[in-house]
Amino acid sequence: MDRGWGIAGSGQYQLSQLQAIEAQSIHIIREVAAEFERPVLLFSGGKDSVVMLRLAQKAFWPGRIPFPVMHIDTGHNFPEVLEFRDRFVDAMGATLVVASVQESIDAGRAVEEAGTNPSRNRLQTRTLLDAITEHKFDAVFGGARRDEEKARAKERVFSFRDEFGQWDPKNQRPELWSLFNGRHRAGEHIRVFPISDWTELDIWQYVADEKIDLPSIYYSHRRQVFRRDGMLLSTGPHVDPGDDEEVFEATVRYRTVGDMTCTGAVESFAASAEEIVIEVAASRLTERGATRADDRVSEAAMEDRKREGYF
Amino acid sequence: MELLRLATAGSVDDGKSTLIGRLLYDSKAIFEDQLESVERVSRQRGDEYTDLALLTDGLRAEREQGITIDVAYRYFATPARKFIIADTPGHIQYTRNMVTGNSNADLTIVLVDARKGIVEQTRRHAFLASLLRVPHLLLCVNKMDLVGFDSDVFDSIREEFAAFASRLEVSDLSFIPISALQGDNVVQRSANMPWYEGASLLHHLEQIYISSDRNLIDPRLPVQWVVRPQATSQPDYRGYAGRVAGGVFKPGDEVMVLPSGLTTTVASIDTFDGALAEAYPPMSVTIRLTDDIDISRGDLICRPLNQPTVGQDLEAMVAWMTERPLVPGDFLALKHTTRWVRAVVRDIHYRLDVNTLHRDETAPSLGLNDVGRVSLRVTQPLYYDSYRRNRQTGSFILAAEDTNVTVGAGMLLGPD
Repeated sequence: MDRGWGIAGSGQYQLSQLQAIEAQSIHIIREVAAEFERPVLLFSGGKDSVVMLRLAQKAFWPGRIPFPVMHIDTGHNFPEVLEFRDRFVDAMGATLVVASVQESIDAGRAVEEAGTNPSRNRLQTRTLLDAITEHKFDAVFGGARRDEEKARAKERVFSFRDEFGQWDPKNQRPELWSLFNGRHRAGEHIRVFPISDWTELDIWQYVADEKIDLPSIYYSHRRQVFRRDGMLLSTGPHVDPGDDEEVFEATVRYRTVGDMTCTGAVESFAASAEEIVIEVAASRLTERGATRADDRVSEAAMEDRKREGYF
Repeated sequence: MELLRLATAGSVDDGKSTLIGRLLYDSKAIFEDQLESVERVSRQRGDEYTDLALLTDGLRAEREQGITIDVAYRYFATPARKFIIADTPGHIQYTRNMVTGNSNADLTIVLVDARKGIVEQTRRHAFLASLLRVPHLLLCVNKMDLVGFDSDVFDSIREEFAAFASRLEVSDLSFIPISALQGDNVVQRSANMPWYEGASLLHHLEQIYISSDRNLIDPRLPVQWVVRPQATSQPDYRGYAGRVAGGVFKPGDEVMVLPSGLTTTVASIDTFDGALAEAYPPMSVTIRLTDDIDISRGDLICRPLNQPTVGQDLEAMVAWMTERPLVPGDFLALKHTTRWVRAVVRDIHYRLDVNTLHRDETAPSLGLNDVGRVSLRVTQPLYYDSYRRNRQTGSFILAAEDTNVTVGAGMLLGPD
């Protein structure tokens, strides 16, 4: 980013929009560290959580990030993302907690869904809520953005969760100025979304400006893929193409990284963050619409999952 | 690229959703999959036209009942600016939602139906925008196509509204005649209204001058967090992290810390990206001071010759947001800048009718969606400015001590 702090020609003392939302995000992260006993930052290795972790680093610099990061591990990860996760968290000097969906299944706390290559997207909720209880986390940072999805467009930055981890969209706390209300009773917790006001384009612009490292699958590469439900899925350990699903090699990148079984690739030659900024600016599909089967279940799929305690 | 936060308010039938839909669509912020999804739902419901309100109304209950429940945030950008729209419903919980949406807004758009003119809701929206001190108010006279693009209709609405607005504290007021449905004066100047010589709505939003809206006069840094790396490489580092809430800080500035009243000097202004020559709102920074004095979260760094008001007895305009009424004697949790304190309600001076601006001095309480002037006493002194002077150091929220829910929003009145 141009760290001249301000915009040339716009008059003095004016931040650029990226500087303004960065300052707001840092403010939110500091408020949480100061007002909660045991915060945790959810980290998937995806671009949004990477940017969020970088913002946390900035918030406390030159001090260390005063809370751990947690990965809800579906067991359906892209190998490149897992490798990146360990390297990046280590470089930040942060502590990593891994909560495993496979362990929830093995312990009988969650049941694998039926069908071919079932997604573990929804199962993550059980694992997440169990981990929050086990570690007594009272604030959980998530990298959700309001431009991603219409239910998220209505969610607060500080989003209250009752003792069952549920979100009640019709009964949210009003949120005014920069005065966030994180008050809660024991057993309840607050989900905090510090990058609520960032758009997909902002994230990529920031990644480019700040030269932030991301998993390699975000950038154009050759990969064995097949079409399912109108999406390009990668072949891999958890994804088996059916007899009628033809496998071919394509030049692709990922706009989101999640469960391999339900995250689609897009055909792209964009090999750098700068090239992706150009591509995203011209894109006519939302990132979730283009690449996430989990949101296609119904008009309110995200709202329903969030009510149950999803991210 | 600058950021402009705008708030919109209106009811189902005044064309607000159509206007937002058009701004989003014409600036390419609506994606094909979103539009397809909206078209599909509209068809299923048997709507005669694609209902762009479905773009903003995301919750199940909203779609089922065809209403907007809550503040929704929408994003779009032009080459000049990024815009964040806080879109609030006009009827349900209007005060609560309007106050919320306006609290951070640079500009509020109030929509009027050209056929109906100024109605109660118009006055209410304008009043709440002025109460929250949104710096710019824009009245869009919509559905001009339905009055034959008649300049007399626009002029008479403008005059009536300007007369009403003169009773409010509105620093910048503009008027634009539009047709959201047909796009007149939304993105492009309309050929149907050659008598209108001003900018199109989008051009207005791109050009309006917002740099002078923040307080750059009174240096204020509420301390959020004390940075102490406690690392061998920086054993003595001690920095005070916070968001600049007013004024400009520079290294070398003499500063005062409240509540201690001790004075010292700014040694440096640190960020991850390097030291800064100046810090101003709304930057998040870490300030180091030359002297080692005891400072913790909730303290305030200011200038010895420019101090805020310090006091435990507060006068404020309060917007009440919950069913249980506010009555004298109530105890509440109050958050101001980076501090929570306990507050007791001493007196309710009057309840303001947000439609007529009439002051009811006999009101014994404030009910849901009421606004009134209230006296509070807090357990510890606050360091504050009047809301008129500083939206950050002049505002507070109230939470119920039992449920922890946010129940009120306050704007402090001060000596100026």
